[in-house]
Amino acid sequence: MRNEILVIIIGMALVTFVTRFSCVALLRQTGMPAWLERWLTHIPTAILTALIIPALVLPRGQIDLSLDNHYLIAGLLATLVAYRSRNIIATLMLGMGTILSLRLLG
Amino acid sequence: MNGNQRPLALGYIGEKPEFWQGVVSSGPILLGVIPFGITCGVLGLTAGLTSLETIMMSLLVFAGASQFIAITMLGAGITGWGLLVFTTLLVNLRHLLMGASLAEYMVKQSIFRQALLSFLLTDEAYAVTISRIYQNGYSAAFHWGTSISLYITWGLSTIAGVLVGNYIPDPLAWGLDFAMPATFLVLLLPRLTDRISVVVCAVAGLIAVAGAVYLPGKWYMIVACLGAVLVGGMMEGAKAHAK
Repeated sequence: MRNEILVIIIGMALVTFVTRFSCVALLRQTGMPAWLERWLTHIPTAILTALIIPALVLPRGQIDLSLDNHYLIAGLLATLVAYRSRNIIATLMLGMGTILSLRLLG
Repeated sequence: MNGNQRPLALGYIGEKPEFWQGVVSSGPILLGVIPFGITCGVLGLTAGLTSLETIMMSLLVFAGASQFIAITMLGAGITGWGLLVFTTLLVNLRHLLMGASLAEYMVKQSIFRQALLSFLLTDEAYAVTISRIYQNGYSAAFHWGTSISLYITWGLSTIAGVLVGNYIPDPLAWGLDFAMPATFLVLLLPRLTDRISVVVCAVAGLIAVAGAVYLPGKWYMIVACLGAVLVGGMMEGAKAHAK
């Protein structure tokens, strides 16, 4: 293990930990102010959306709304199944099955 | 809580059914994490890191996106400490928002456990834990089950990538990379029950796409999240005012 790489890894580990822990540590002292709570209510919805949509609309880094974008097609089908069934396994099987078969066909 | 509790007491937590519910609920996401871990292991070696260095990075940093970026930079000959660490900081700033969102639920645990849970905080652990909170309330044991199973899976799949990666033809090509967006979809949809949530979702989606085109790295997540939360907060405020 080279020292300069070890130092990089430790630096990365430290700043990552700081981003993960600082809000937890800060709000631990003061508790959650009511005005902040109102803003924080919608963070889960916003984060989940920001995780999903780019993965489906820009799987290769640029916007792709064509039928060649297998992720978008699988995503639309998976949304339908997820909405109807609320079932992770069914959504996964259908989504991954769609991606695989589109890949094999295409 | 009693006085002779061991400091870490993970054995104690592991006896609770909620811990295993956390592990099981993470199952589909774990399936999606494995090919990324394997890819991380393979890329580490390709970029010129040793097996040990690649594995240590996964175990100490435990942040997929920033590891991929750092490995790519190292492979391209960028070895400046400041640049790599600063890039990691920028990529992981989104965890500030997740930490703020989970903080109120974690306060009952010791500061040491809060720190360890924070070390284990990832997009995936956040998504699974916050959905459990939404459905059944917060459970520390569930949070631990999710966090630990993700950590172990990430570590083991990186090791697998380092050991056997070269024999596996592109692990991301089997459709497994769809497991994560599919799981997030199932977690997101039940939240869209009122008008404000739907607006927040639409705003976040639009900003995220625009941001992913025009902004570097993972900035789109931070901008999308702040923009959508701002709109949602203002709508909540207007609603509270109207009453």
